[in-house]
Amino acid sequence: MILVVLENQRGNIHAFSKEAVAAGQSLSSKLGMDLSVLCMGENASTLKEQASDYKLQNLILADHDMTSTYSADGYSKVLSDVIKDLSPKYVIMGHSYMVRDFLPRVSAKLDIPFVSDIISVTYDGDSPVFARQVFNAKLATNIQSDSSSKTTLLSFQSAAFSSDNIELGGSDATTVFEVSINSDDIKSTSEPEFQESASGVDLTTADVIVSVGRGIESQDNIPMVESLTEAMGAELGSSRPVVDMGWLPSYRQIGSSGQAVSPNLYFSVGVSGAIQHVVGMKGSKNIIAINKDEEAPIFEIADYAVVGDLMEIVPKLTEELKK
Amino acid sequence: MKIAVLTKAIPSYESSIRIDSTSKWIDESVVNFVVNESDSYALEEALQIKEKLDNGTEVVVVTMGSQDNTSKVLKDGLAKGADRAIFIQNEDSYTDPLSIAKLFSENLKDENFDLIFSGLQSDDLGSGQTGVLLGELLGMSTATLGIETDIQDGQIKIKRELESGWFQWVTLPFPASISIQSGINEPRYPSLKGIMGAKRKESKVVDGQLSDSPKQNFLNLFIPKTEKATEKIEGDVDGIVAKLMDILKNKLRVVS
Ligand SMILES: Cc1cc2nc3c(=O)[nH]c(=O)nc-3n(C[C@H](O)[C@H](O)[C@H](O)COP(=O)(O)OP(=O)(O)OC[C@H]3O[C@@H](n4cnc5c(N)ncnc54)[C@H](O)[C@@H]3O)c2cc1C
Repeated sequence: MILVVLENQRGNIHAFSKEAVAAGQSLSSKLGMDLSVLCMGENASTLKEQASDYKLQNLILADHDMTSTYSADGYSKVLSDVIKDLSPKYVIMGHSYMVRDFLPRVSAKLDIPFVSDIISVTYDGDSPVFARQVFNAKLATNIQSDSSSKTTLLSFQSAAFSSDNIELGGSDATTVFEVSINSDDIKSTSEPEFQESASGVDLTTADVIVSVGRGIESQDNIPMVESLTEAMGAELGSSRPVVDMGWLPSYRQIGSSGQAVSPNLYFSVGVSGAIQHVVGMKGSKNIIAINKDEEAPIFEIADYAVVGDLMEIVPKLTEELKK
Repeated sequence: MKIAVLTKAIPSYESSIRIDSTSKWIDESVVNFVVNESDSYALEEALQIKEKLDNGTEVVVVTMGSQDNTSKVLKDGLAKGADRAIFIQNEDSYTDPLSIAKLFSENLKDENFDLIFSGLQSDDLGSGQTGVLLGELLGMSTATLGIETDIQDGQIKIKRELESGWFQWVTLPFPASISIQSGINEPRYPSLKGIMGAKRKESKVVDGQLSDSPKQNFLNLFIPKTEKATEKIEGDVDGIVAKLMDILKNKLRVVS
């Protein structure tokens, strides 16, 4: 059996979880295994209603007051108990921040592998092979879980599967898993989620964005890209390290922990193209990237790959634009 | 209080990454190894806690890997102000997160750390699991992506980063294992005095052979394929600039 676990995102099935359902359907048909979907934790019964159209064999509800807010302690306990009871061959989730936070706990509790952040699946006979990015997306690797593993945990990178491909048709059965958990199991306490006041610039409406990465090397070079931005009539965005080092304010950050943008033109200088950056800009209509490293991963998604030194190109281009 | 900081040597971002002849690992001879970025933030956070509490708090840097790659990492940690180092030595490159976490757990369990800090993921394998796995193996409470910490009586309060600009405060009783997100502080540079003093600090080396077979295996490394029809623009700067002007003006029409 294959078990997909749904994650709540403020009252709805998380977008990554929908992709996980598509992944689960694909694996279950390739491997000829039943598919179950587990609704647990925050808003479990709402998730169950939203999942009722998905084509699968068993829709499982595991609801409990003590997991009605997220905790790594509570979630890892409940999911471990479900796995012990049902012995699924694969457990599938989206590679969200919550999955990073609690799924390794399940791996260690049950002594089973967790292959995280998978980008694609191929098959070696009946045995799935999982690809994931390594070395900052410069390379990828094929991974197989050890054949002795009863269960393997999997998390998929966003867009590895498309939720457009979910097959509908409803579940053959609905079951309830009796959760047993007590207050000793949960050591942490958590406060409500909050959003930091998003003051600054709204990059989501920009038509052209010039985005600067660590390749700019020092704060002293920031004015150089600011001039280019101005000459292009663009907005300035950045990767995370530029914000971490205090060279630009955090509202300029693009990526999984910053803003998600889809301008007409995304013009990046000195950005390597790590997935956490790419998820925030891959919807851009046109992408031009300047990078001195011919193998920079950003070039995989760029329309125009400019291989060269930004320190030379940016000032010259600015000069030309100003003419 | 005793704080461990897990820190790892990884290829610097300028290093050229080449698949070696086994196709299971990279050619390390052409790689320059540096401290993993988020680990530097984790170490800085531990050092700031030590300085703030000033009550005999001990900071221990812990690393695993080969002698050649990691020696800089430990020296750097001690020079910045860690009190001692533990080096789990193995000359092979392990890739299974659970086996790696077990090695840490076996070698650290008798230390009874109150806190373990780690970077949220290493920029080589990028599994992002070690700190959480180790926490579970040692019976600690865990949290990831810490972007602010506050030490309280017998517990630590952490601001966790969530997706797209959301956050959450969680409180964990000691002992706790917490992974740290980059940007939480401003990592220091080692002082000359620190560098000199590092030589006199204790550095314990332990043998890090796996006792268990790995739960997941690297079959082969490969170079990712381009999905898009990408036009490559290279050559001399003037040529590149002229080509870019043409694209901006005539193809994309974003400038007039
Ligand atoms: C949970 C999590 C959340 C994250 N959230 C985000 C996020 O929201 N946004 C984000 O951006 N990152 C995020 N990151 C970090 C991300 O993984 C990368 O580390 C980051 O995007 C790298 O930024 P960069 O491309 O600027 O730097 P690097 O990866 O260091 O790349 C710098 C690039 O500049 C090039 N370069 C250097 N000098 C020159 C030159 N003279 N001319 C031309 N090119 C040059 C280099 O070849 C290199 O490709 C997150 C990471 C994690 C784990």
